[in-house]
Amino acid sequence: MADPEIKSYEPHHESRSAAVTESRPVRITLTIVTLAFLGVFLLLPLIIVFKEAFAKGVGAYFQSLGDADTRSAIRLTLLVAAISVPLNLVFGLSAAWAIAKFEFKGKAFLTTLIDLPFSVSPVISGLVYVLLFGAQGLLGAWLKAHGIQILFAVPGIVLATVFVTFPFVARELIPLMQEQGNGDEEAALSLGANGWQAFWYVTLPNVKWGLLYGVLLCNARAMGEFGAVSVVSGHIRGLTNTMPLHVEILYNEYNAVGAFAVASLLAGLALVTLVLKTLLEMRYGAEIAATRGH
Amino acid sequence: MTTAPAQAGWRFRQPSVIPGFGLTLGFSLAYLTLIILIPLSGLVWRSASLGWTDFWALATDPRTIKALQISFGTAFIAAAVNVVFGTLVAWVLVRYRFPGRRVADAMVDLPFALPTAVAGIALTTLYAPKGWLGQLLMPLGIKVAYTPLGIVVALVFIGLPFVVRTVQPIMEEIDKEVEEAAATLGANRFQIITRVLLPGLAPAIVTGFSLAFARGVGEYGSVIFIAGNLPYKSEIAPLLIVIRLEEYNYPAATAIAAIMLALSFAMLLVINLVQTWSRKRYG
Repeated sequence: MADPEIKSYEPHHESRSAAVTESRPVRITLTIVTLAFLGVFLLLPLIIVFKEAFAKGVGAYFQSLGDADTRSAIRLTLLVAAISVPLNLVFGLSAAWAIAKFEFKGKAFLTTLIDLPFSVSPVISGLVYVLLFGAQGLLGAWLKAHGIQILFAVPGIVLATVFVTFPFVARELIPLMQEQGNGDEEAALSLGANGWQAFWYVTLPNVKWGLLYGVLLCNARAMGEFGAVSVVSGHIRGLTNTMPLHVEILYNEYNAVGAFAVASLLAGLALVTLVLKTLLEMRYGAEIAATRGH
Repeated sequence: MTTAPAQAGWRFRQPSVIPGFGLTLGFSLAYLTLIILIPLSGLVWRSASLGWTDFWALATDPRTIKALQISFGTAFIAAAVNVVFGTLVAWVLVRYRFPGRRVADAMVDLPFALPTAVAGIALTTLYAPKGWLGQLLMPLGIKVAYTPLGIVVALVFIGLPFVVRTVQPIMEEIDKEVEEAAATLGANRFQIITRVLLPGLAPAIVTGFSLAFARGVGEYGSVIFIAGNLPYKSEIAPLLIVIRLEEYNYPAATAIAAIMLALSFAMLLVINLVQTWSRKRYG
């Protein structure tokens, strides 16, 4: 083993690899800086939520979650997500089918329009509905005459949520279905399947993990949306307060334990979302590959 | 090559054996129109019907201008910070192997998943004078909570995944042989990074910057808790829209929203042009 040839090769090898990576001290420094940055900016906020929620003990935590207004906020958030996520799911599938399976004029423009809500401030997403349905709004007088309440009620909250979560499912499915092409569906059709069967038995199984991925992100945003919902909700306790809005109210009332207890539920939702998302990427990475990165 | 005679004319779509085009496109367009286009054009119509003089008076209101400056300024600084740290995070996650790398990678998406209000109260508690981080920064004379610096901190949190997730996939695709070739030709590590790697990453970094910036300009939930919301000091434009709405001052709210939208789109347009240019320049 004391071969001089090997010994002289080692330093040479070292210097060669040093040219395509950084020296060890630099690597260690950069890793530490990165972990410190992620720790301070991402981990600490997460830890403080749970620390503050349990600041006065487990009893106080569960007591504040048992509050009637808190429970009605949880129910409303679940209701809003249960309506808006399926709506955007159906839209996502439909838009992805039209855009990925066909070539038509204006396709790129349509895809841009679908992404539009991402570049609009959540507050503006709420504002547009106030301008439409509010007392001074375009349809305000007509709605009032017919006794229909949209603003400061559940329909308005659902609409604002649908607006901000609009692109999630579609933008996961479009690249995925484009990558998969039309071959499988054409085969199914040539074997005698009708369009519906081709969709149900061929397309849907092909995209199911990508679809789940999109629904996961859509749901996280639907349950956590604050700005848009805040503008249209009217903040009526026990009636039009979603969980994020309830967090704000409790926090502004200096009820830290209450605010962070509700926040801890939302943080738990975020953690579950992240774990499921990571698992999906690990297990079905290839099947949602087109969507990696969002 | 035989060309079908029908292809000579203009056609809306290429023929296909796949059914359901009319149904899915029709439904998608109807839904898009109802949920997005009609409400948004309502905003445009409203601001147009204000008339130029009224609109100009509302747009040049000093409080509005200051709020817009604060929103765009802090979003710019935060996006710039994220370009540096986001690229670093992506680099370390792609190139280095260390225990906990997968967890760190998954954590990067936390700002996407954590509701903004939760992020807002958590950051405020951390950076408040008596908070874990506020306590440490106070003796150094750095005040974060209830100052514009607090807005930047919140926007760095919100924008980080946009930069990391845009740059990371491009970094993974870099061919190590390019670096080796540069090294054989006598380039040192610094030259390789600045002359070989960064130009290839530039379009992705610009995209990440623009996404983080656009998100930061419109951000509301995570900012309002930590900002302190003093008019002319730490009041962001989205908050001013909310304040005007609560005063039932619809014209003012509409004008601010229209300016924000126009500025954001102009900015995205410029960034798109820069990107096209950098793609051409660096291939």
